[in-house]
Amino acid sequence: MESCNCIEPQWPADELLIKYQYISDFFIALAYFSIPLELIYFVKKSAVFPYRWVLVQFGAFIVLCGATHLINLWTFTMHTRTVAIVMTTAKVFTAVVSCATALMLVHIIPDLLSVKTRELFLKNKAAELDREMGLIRTQEETGRHVRMLTHEIRSTLDRHTILKTTLVELGRTLALEECALWMPTRTGLELQLSYTLRQQNPVGYTVPIQLPVISQVFSTNHAVKISPNSPVAKLRPIAGKYVPGEVVAVRVPLLHLSNFQINDWPELSSSTKRYALMVLMLPSDSARQWHVHELELVEVVADQVAVALSHAAILEESMRARDLLMEQNVALDLARREAETAIRARNDFLAVMNHEMRTPMHAIIALASLLQETDLTPEQRLMVETILKSSSLLATLINDVLDLSRLEDGSLQLELGTFNLHSVFREVLNLVKPIVSVKKLLVTLNLAPDVPEYAIGDEKRLMQTILNVVGNAVKFSKEGSITITAFVAKSESLRDTRAPDFFPIPSDNHFYLHVQVKDSGAGISPQDIPKLFTKFAQTQSTKNSGGSGLGLAICKRFVNLMEGNIWIESDGIGKGCTAIFLVKLGIPERLNESKFPFMPKVLATHGQANFPGLKVLVMDENGVSRMVTKGLLVNLGCDVTTVSSGEECLRMVSLEHKVVLMDVCVPGKDGYEIAIRIHEKFTKRHERPLIVALTGNTEVTKDNCMRVGMDGVILKPISLDKMRGVLSDLLEHRVLFEAM
Amino acid sequence: MDTVSQLQRQFVDHTTSLYREGFVDDQFTQLQKLQDENSPDFVVEVVTLFFDDCEKLINNMARALEQQQEVDFKQVDASVHQLKGSSSSIGAMRVKNVCVTFRTFCEAQNREGCLRCLQQVNREYSLLKNKLQTLFRLEQQIVAAGGTIPAVE
Repeated sequence: MESCNCIEPQWPADELLIKYQYISDFFIALAYFSIPLELIYFVKKSAVFPYRWVLVQFGAFIVLCGATHLINLWTFTMHTRTVAIVMTTAKVFTAVVSCATALMLVHIIPDLLSVKTRELFLKNKAAELDREMGLIRTQEETGRHVRMLTHEIRSTLDRHTILKTTLVELGRTLALEECALWMPTRTGLELQLSYTLRQQNPVGYTVPIQLPVISQVFSTNHAVKISPNSPVAKLRPIAGKYVPGEVVAVRVPLLHLSNFQINDWPELSSSTKRYALMVLMLPSDSARQWHVHELELVEVVADQVAVALSHAAILEESMRARDLLMEQNVALDLARREAETAIRARNDFLAVMNHEMRTPMHAIIALASLLQETDLTPEQRLMVETILKSSSLLATLINDVLDLSRLEDGSLQLELGTFNLHSVFREVLNLVKPIVSVKKLLVTLNLAPDVPEYAIGDEKRLMQTILNVVGNAVKFSKEGSITITAFVAKSESLRDTRAPDFFPIPSDNHFYLHVQVKDSGAGISPQDIPKLFTKFAQTQSTKNSGGSGLGLAICKRFVNLMEGNIWIESDGIGKGCTAIFLVKLGIPERLNESKFPFMPKVLATHGQANFPGLKVLVMDENGVSRMVTKGLLVNLGCDVTTVSSGEECLRMVSLEHKVVLMDVCVPGKDGYEIAIRIHEKFTKRHERPLIVALTGNTEVTKDNCMRVGMDGVILKPISLDKMRGVLSDLLEHRVLFEAM
Repeated sequence: MDTVSQLQRQFVDHTTSLYREGFVDDQFTQLQKLQDENSPDFVVEVVTLFFDDCEKLINNMARALEQQQEVDFKQVDASVHQLKGSSSSIGAMRVKNVCVTFRTFCEAQNREGCLRCLQQVNREYSLLKNKLQTLFRLEQQIVAAGGTIPAVE
């Protein structure tokens, strides 16, 4: 036998065993070859696989293993040496690769494992995030619901709408079966079912407010789960077998205006607050439970409702207040208009009556005095005198009443001017002289040396006041003496306890004149003193003496207008009385030579100006003679206004004109009529300007002029001296009739 | 200055003649007394006014008297009355005297008489105007030459 290169297997081959091994090896090889193919296929399919080279290694390992097993197929039988060498090579390679792979796997497997753990971690995280997303979404939805609810609730300011809307929207959002609102009654001891969602007209269920469940709900601002069997939740009859859904109740604070103090915030003690109760029921048999976010929703809504309600309440209040104010406004307006109408009517009446009453009065007085001058029998004379006296009184009364009503409206204003204070007193004395001499009273005037000769004030009204006071003194004294004292009040004496409201403040331009009239007549009882200055109030004694009761009231008004004060003191009946008044007068500025402080320009140029500022109205149709007369008067310092016709004269004549010089040369044109009209216009003698006729015509007689009420007649031509003399005579005597 | 005293003498002569010849009377003196710093042109103003008035009135009267049919004596009388008043106001004596006569003729409704008087009025007015204008001119010249106007008794 030659030595063959064949290698025999170690043991004798068993046929069956070898067959099985053969098959298994084949299949193993197959498997080993297919695994890498699968791997490659799937890895190719997946985009990411970080360990490619591992794969190659693994693939090589498997392929080699497969190859080994495949080659093994040939070793079961006699095989050549080549096969044995190939087999050995393959095994060697396989061993190398497997060891390399095994070594490599030691590094790779932990990595792979960590990948796995990371994956697990991420999955957990994702699940958690999902959960949280779910939560946020529910919260956001809740928020949306709340906003919508709030918007619905706040979009109206009507209480009922607010509450109704709340229930409706809540019911919709939370899918409630029933929703109800219990409001506290007026007494605050019970809760009354006011609104429900499903039931149309809630019957007036009431529950006492002291129930424990209610107290529990009221004690916290959270929504509280309550039992469906509590009285507040038993709103509809439970239909037997159904399990009622969960019920939640929440308090709704009812804020009142009184809760809001100006500087404090509303107190949070529950004792001062009133609450309403809102009860919400989930649908029965739904197995739904109240979730936390739903409860939060309910709480927020309850708060919003409270705010909306309080706004509505405030608005209601303010609307009510505004309506009330408007009503009052209308009423006030009406009253004011009525008052204005009344005043206007009264003024119209007065204006008319003023004229209407005075004209006949004057006619009566004038005619009565004319009558007096004619031949009368003694009885007739007596009658005429009585007529005269009564009509004078009446005229005075009329004037006083009219004056007083003018004073009342405040429409009277003082006419301020510079005047001779001393002469005012002298004039008053002159005026009362006749009566005083008849009654055999003694009147003394004490003018303090510090009383200035000139003062600024309303001469006419001051005279009226002094005359009234002195007149009263004379009237109510049957005998004895009357003393008039006047001096400038100093600061100490100004403050008087009798007149506590009166705070005179002397200043540089003004002084207070203190006048006191003391008489020893009838006196006044202390209780009558306060009434003295009220209009029309007459005491017993004055009633008999014939006064209108207006004199002192008027005086008081005048004195008040002059920023002064007047009062009367008396020691009692029969002990005489003293009338004292203080008035504020201005001090005229001094100028060196002149008596009157104004018109210094005139004084500088005219050495002989006797009548500075004297306002004269000249009426003459002839331009030349008008100019000449004006020139004469201007030369004497007068303030001259010229008019050329009767109408113009009547238009221009005013209280300021002291003299009216009227040309009456033309017998045809009636200057007399103008005089009469001027008389009508100025009813008070001391207001009326002196009317003097200028004429070159001897047909104009003194009598004619007197008849129409003129105060003088002058023959033309007039020289400067003559004019001067005329004016001074006129102003002194108030009458001038030249010998014609 | 010689011119000034000459002018002044002329002024005095002229004024004296005015009075002597009866053109103006005491009333004119009164007017002059009214002239002062406050009203420096008083006399001139019044006199100018008078002359304007005069002219107007004379024209009115002439027109009225020219009517052939019915002469409105009332109107003429009214104008004469005005003229009389004006002239007596400034002291134009001669004019005034003519007016007095004029009025009587008017009352008598004597047209011839009225016309004659109108002529006279016109003549007197013109004379007076001349004289017064001379007087004023003299015054101005004196003042321009720096002198003062002498007072005439």
